[in-house]
Amino acid sequence: MKKGFQFSQMLAALALIVCVAPASRSYSEEININVSYTPGHEKPVPLSISGFNGEAEEAIKFALTIQGFTFTSSEQPQYLLSGSVNGNLVGRAQDRINRTYLVNKSYSGGSTRKQAYAFADDFLAALGRKGIGSTKIAFKKDTGVNSEICIADFDGGGVQTVTSDNAIVISPSWIPGRLGLCYTSYRNGAPDIYQHDLSSGRRTPVARYPGSNLSPAVSPNGKRVAMILSRSGTVDLYVGDIDGGNLKRLTQSREDESSPCWSPDGQWICFAGKKNERRSLWKVSASGGEPVRIATGVSNPSEPDWSPDGKWIVFTSQRGGGFDVCVVPAAGGTATVLVEGEDPSWSPNSRTVVYARRSGKGKNLSMLDVPTKQTKTVSRISGKNSQPSWAK
Amino acid sequence: MKATKITTLLVVALALTIVGTGCRNKPVGVTDIKNKQYRVGENPGVGEGFKLPGETPVTGDLTGGTPQSTKFSNPDDFNQDRGTFAANTVHFEYDSSVVKSSEQSNLAAVSAYMKGNSTIGLLIEGHCDERGTEDYNNSLGERRSTALREALIAMGVSAENIITRSFGEYKPVSAGQDESSYKQNRRGEFVVLTPK
Repeated sequence: MKKGFQFSQMLAALALIVCVAPASRSYSEEININVSYTPGHEKPVPLSISGFNGEAEEAIKFALTIQGFTFTSSEQPQYLLSGSVNGNLVGRAQDRINRTYLVNKSYSGGSTRKQAYAFADDFLAALGRKGIGSTKIAFKKDTGVNSEICIADFDGGGVQTVTSDNAIVISPSWIPGRLGLCYTSYRNGAPDIYQHDLSSGRRTPVARYPGSNLSPAVSPNGKRVAMILSRSGTVDLYVGDIDGGNLKRLTQSREDESSPCWSPDGQWICFAGKKNERRSLWKVSASGGEPVRIATGVSNPSEPDWSPDGKWIVFTSQRGGGFDVCVVPAAGGTATVLVEGEDPSWSPNSRTVVYARRSGKGKNLSMLDVPTKQTKTVSRISGKNSQPSWAK
Repeated sequence: MKATKITTLLVVALALTIVGTGCRNKPVGVTDIKNKQYRVGENPGVGEGFKLPGETPVTGDLTGGTPQSTKFSNPDDFNQDRGTFAANTVHFEYDSSVVKSSEQSNLAAVSAYMKGNSTIGLLIEGHCDERGTEDYNNSLGERRSTALREALIAMGVSAENIITRSFGEYKPVSAGQDESSYKQNRRGEFVVLTPK
């Protein structure tokens, strides 16, 4: 019963996204701004905003702040955003200098919030960028002694709990290109890995080997899963088919490998490991081979995530009692410390990440724009939440 | 014995690989037989192309480590006695899975009990304090439990009777955020498994 209800909710949510999507994306002139950046060192682009109601303005500001813009009334804005909300949202974006319209549209369907995100996406598209306004995140929600997996819109709206295992359920990882997740659940006592089709509610085991089955990461083509298993008596990195076959062991150490992630071309699996008493990030060919160290300049890196454009690896660095979200070129180098937090996950735009931040005894989700280091708390989600994964 | 069966399958799989690939230079001990499809009935149980229901796929990677118990792979299928070894919980240093020499008496007690009861199972649960990232702690907790498992196997306890699971930082015994609490939380617990 509950599953059916969730399914219909999900269909409704999908229908809304479809309705909100702009009918046309044809622009006579696409301004292609430079998409490469220096992490943490870019200046946000100033915008002015007027005419919207509170809800729409807040949504536009949230979406664009975490994509490299800042809102100003004093400084000279580069673009002017204006509009109105009267049932439907009307949104206009103008270049301040020549006053040409980059966007001038009326939006219908969905909610004011979703119309605002569609407008923000149109503005970004006019600048030659792909927005994140209709993307989703998954995360772990603490329920007391246990936890469940939830999904939500990127801003934390429309939260739906997709497991009801009354057990510890952790480490959600989206299956790229599908409405589905892999995660670890202790529902049968031991930590086992499942794949979960969110449109049908169907769950099938990926790895239920003796010992612990942890940290699934689904390959970019959605067919393979990198994971940490202890079936052979040591804690090692494995890769296998998402339906459970073709298991291959990729590391063979007495140390504790953790947190695999994939390169966007599916060739490499990056993970955290230890060799000769030294912790670092490593990458290993997905078909097997000798792991290669990825230099970060950080003594205790973990939880890597490879950007969809292939250029960056974002990860957690531990220092003393705290944690920082850091980023390093995918080939290795000196990491840039971005913000206090942990477990970052890239959005499809290769610049925004969602991460967890400790506050008191719990963790909350936040968003970070890597080039500008601007952050926003995902305040729509209440309670203790962590282990975010951004759908790609 | 399951281990013997796996070894046999491994040998068969290896032989098939050699036949199939015409003895190309392959790393010793690594059997890569992917892209080979075997239909059920022809070579049941061999190959990675299919899997019988409930069967563990055969792969050529079981060297390095002592495979986990298959008898006790699902600890919740058994009665779990947490009392017998309640006083024998082993504690670890920060960010370490090294079993300290001061823990030998605890291991000796567990080892003696297990060797005297060859039909019971032992579940080892690895735990961490909260000063690591979650994913990292999940792996570290498992590394702690497998380190204890290795120590007990070295002391003569049957590997087939020991299963491990990690609880990462999810089940602290002390909720405090200070070293004395963290110290209690970095631990391996022993649970006796008996048939229900």
